[in-house]
Amino acid sequence: MAAAPTPGVSMGEALNRALHDAIEHDPDVLVYGEDVGPLGGVFRVTDGLIGAFGQERVFDSPLAESGIVGTAIGMAMYGLRPVVELQFDAFAYPAFEQVVSHLAKMRNRTRGAVSLPVVLRVPYGGGIGGVEHHSDSSEAYYAHTPGLRVVTPGTPADAYSMLREAVECDDPVVFLEPKRRYWSRQEVDLPVRTEPMATPVVRRPGTDATLVTYGPMVETALEAAETAAAEGRSLEVVDLRQLAPLDDGVVTASVRRTGRAVVVHEASVFGGYGAELAARIGERCFHYLEAPVLRVGGLDIPYPPPKLEHHYLPDASRVLAAVDRLQWESAWVEDGEGGRIRP
Amino acid sequence: MKHTDERSRPAPALPTREPVRLVDRHGRRVGHSSFTAPDPARLVELHRAMLIGRRFNQQAGTLARQGRLAVYPSSTGQEAAQVGGVLALSDQDWLFPTYRDSVALVAHGVDPVRTLTLFRGDWHCGYDPHRYRCAPQCTPLATNASHAVGLTYAARRKGRDVAALAMMGDGATSEGDAHEAYNFAAVWNTPVVFLVQNNHWAISVPLRQQTAAPTLAHKAVGYGMKGYHVDGNDAAAVYAVVSHALAEARAGGGPAIVEAVTYRVDPHTNADAPQRYRDPAEVEHWKERDPLIRSERLIREECLLGDTEETERALAAFGAEADGIADTVRERLAGQDELDPRSLFTDVYAAVPPLLEQEREALADELREV
Ligand SMILES: Cc1ncc(C[n+]2csc(CCOP(=O)(O)OP(=O)(O)O)c2C)c(N)n1
Repeated sequence: MAAAPTPGVSMGEALNRALHDAIEHDPDVLVYGEDVGPLGGVFRVTDGLIGAFGQERVFDSPLAESGIVGTAIGMAMYGLRPVVELQFDAFAYPAFEQVVSHLAKMRNRTRGAVSLPVVLRVPYGGGIGGVEHHSDSSEAYYAHTPGLRVVTPGTPADAYSMLREAVECDDPVVFLEPKRRYWSRQEVDLPVRTEPMATPVVRRPGTDATLVTYGPMVETALEAAETAAAEGRSLEVVDLRQLAPLDDGVVTASVRRTGRAVVVHEASVFGGYGAELAARIGERCFHYLEAPVLRVGGLDIPYPPPKLEHHYLPDASRVLAAVDRLQWESAWVEDGEGGRIRP
Repeated sequence: MKHTDERSRPAPALPTREPVRLVDRHGRRVGHSSFTAPDPARLVELHRAMLIGRRFNQQAGTLARQGRLAVYPSSTGQEAAQVGGVLALSDQDWLFPTYRDSVALVAHGVDPVRTLTLFRGDWHCGYDPHRYRCAPQCTPLATNASHAVGLTYAARRKGRDVAALAMMGDGATSEGDAHEAYNFAAVWNTPVVFLVQNNHWAISVPLRQQTAAPTLAHKAVGYGMKGYHVDGNDAAAVYAVVSHALAEARAGGGPAIVEAVTYRVDPHTNADAPQRYRDPAEVEHWKERDPLIRSERLIREECLLGDTEETERALAAFGAEADGIADTVRERLAGQDELDPRSLFTDVYAAVPPLLEQEREALADELREV
C-alpha cells in the first residue's frame, strides 16, 4: 500500500539538500567519510550526492576517524572546504586529538595565517534505539574547546541554513545533527536562509518562564510549552543553535523578562553544557530571578540500552515537572512601604 | 582524483636490512646498486646546511641554558637526516616538521629566529606556513602526517604538482595516527614521503621497546608502500633516497616511508636526564659517526671545494656564515619583544565573538589596575 506522501521536508532531506547546494555552489567543497558514497551515509544524509557530483567531490574514505579529520585539516590548509561525516557521536572520539589539538587551534597557533574551514558532521544523541556507542551527546566535549564552533539545528529549515553557513564559515564547525530528528518534518521551501547560526532564536514567545534548549530537545521543549499553555502557563522557548562560542544575549534578555529558567538538554546533567548555561544565567540575571535555574537532562549514567533509553531521555513531562518546581509562590512579600523584601 | 584499486600496483620489495649508504664514516664513497650520490655542488650544499644546522643547535642549546628559550629539543647528530630530506624538496613542496626539526626548517628557508618562536614561548608558531610552505612544528606525535596527506591531496585536486615531506621520530611510528596517515596516503596515492628519523630513543624508551618490526621502513610494506632504510648520518644517501622517493611519489608511484637511522647525541631536551637511561659509550660510538665529520672528510678527500687552500677558505667561510646566523639569532632573541595581551583574543575565531570581546575588556581592566 502506497503511503500518502508526508508533507514538508525532513531534517535529513534538508541536510542532504544543503550538502548538494554547497557542493554545487563552490568547487572547493568536498564531502567524504565512512560510507558517504554509494550508500549515501548510514542515515542517507549524503544520498545521491556521489551520483550527482561524482567521486571527485563525494567519496568513501578509509575507516579511520583521526585520519579523516587529519586529512581534512591538510586539505583546508590548501584551500579546500571539506565536509566530513563522523558516522556516530561515540565513533568520533578517535578523532578527538586532531579536533582538539589541531583543528581548533591552527588559526591561533599560526596567528591567523591558517584558517581551517572544515565541517565535521556528527550525528549525535539517542532516541533511535541504537545499541551502545550510538547515542552519546558529546556537545560539552567540543564546546569546551576554544576555536571550534559547535552548532546543532533544531528544525529542518535551520538544518539547511546552518549547514550552508557552516560550509561557508572560515572557522572549523562541529555540526551536531540530532539524529532522532532526521525524520522530523517542517513545511519549508528550500533553499532557505534562517537567522545567522551564531544567534539564538526565540522559537516560541512566552512570559512565565524560559526553556533554554537546542538540538534534539527543541521539539521536546515546544511540546512542553504547548501543554503548559493549555494549562495556562506561558513558556518561552529559546533555541541556542550555536553552542560555542555562545552569544548569550538572547538568553539573558528572555530570562530577565520571564524571571524563571529551565535549561533542557539530552546529555547527562553533571558537568554538562547546561551547567554553563545555568551559571551564566545566574551571573547575568540574578536580580531578575524568581527561582533557581533548573536543569533537565539525561541521567548521569552511561547511555543505557535501547529498552531502557526512554527512562534516560528527557521528555515533555520531565520538562514540565521541572517547570512546576520553579517556586511559583513568589518568594517576595510586600514590605508595607511600597517595596518588596524576602522574609 | 581517481580512486582506483591501488592493489593493482606491484607489491613493493622489502626494504634492505642494511641501510642505504653512499658515503662511509671515513668520508669515502660506497657503491650502491640503486642510488647514486648527488653532484658535487649538492654535496657541498648539504655540508653547508649541516654546518649551519649544527651551529644553530648549539646556539639554541645555549639560549635554553640561559633561560632565553623555555625549552629546546636539540637535533645535534641528526643534521644529515634533516638537511638531506629537506634539500630534496622542490620549490612548491611542503614540509611538515616536528619539534625536533628546527634544523630542517632552517634548511627549508624559514627565518631561523622565527623557528624558535615556539621554544621561546612567544607564540606557538612564529611564521606564516603558507609563505614558507611549512606547517607549524608539531608537538603531538604523528598527528602532522595526515595533514601532509590532506594537503597534497588538495594540491593535486587543484592541479598543482606539490609533494610533502612529513617528518616524525621512531617513537611516533607507534602512534595510531602514523598508521592512519600511512594508510590514507597509500590508498589515495598522495605524494607524501614520511621521513622517520630513527634516533634510537623516544625520550627514555629505546627502539626495541617501541616496535618488533625488523626496520621501521618495513612498516611500509603492509600499506602497499615502498620503504627505504637509509644511513641517516649520510647526507648524500638521505638526499638521494628522499629525492628518489619524492620523484616516484610525484609520478604517481605512491608515497613512501624513509627510515633514516641516526642518533640523538644530546638529551631529549635541555630538561632531560639521559644518564638515567643510556650508556655514555653508546653516545661515543655515534659521535664517531658524526654526519658533519663524514661530509667534511668527503669534501677534503675529493677536493670538492678545490685545492687544499681553497677548501680551507671555503670551509672557513661556511663556518663564518653559520656563526653569523647564530649571532643573529642570539642578538634578535636578546631584545624582548613586547607581546600585546589583546592579541590573545584575535586569532581564536575568524572574528572575535561576543564572549571573547567581554574577556578582552575584562583583561584590559585588569591591566589598567596594575
Ligand atoms: C601524542 C603524544 N604523546 C606523548 C608526547 C610526549 N612526548 C614528547 S616527545 C616524546 C618522544 C618522541 O620520540 P620520537 O618519536 O622517537 O621522536 P624524538 O623526540 O626522538 O625526535 C614523547 C613521548 C607527545 N608529544 N605527543
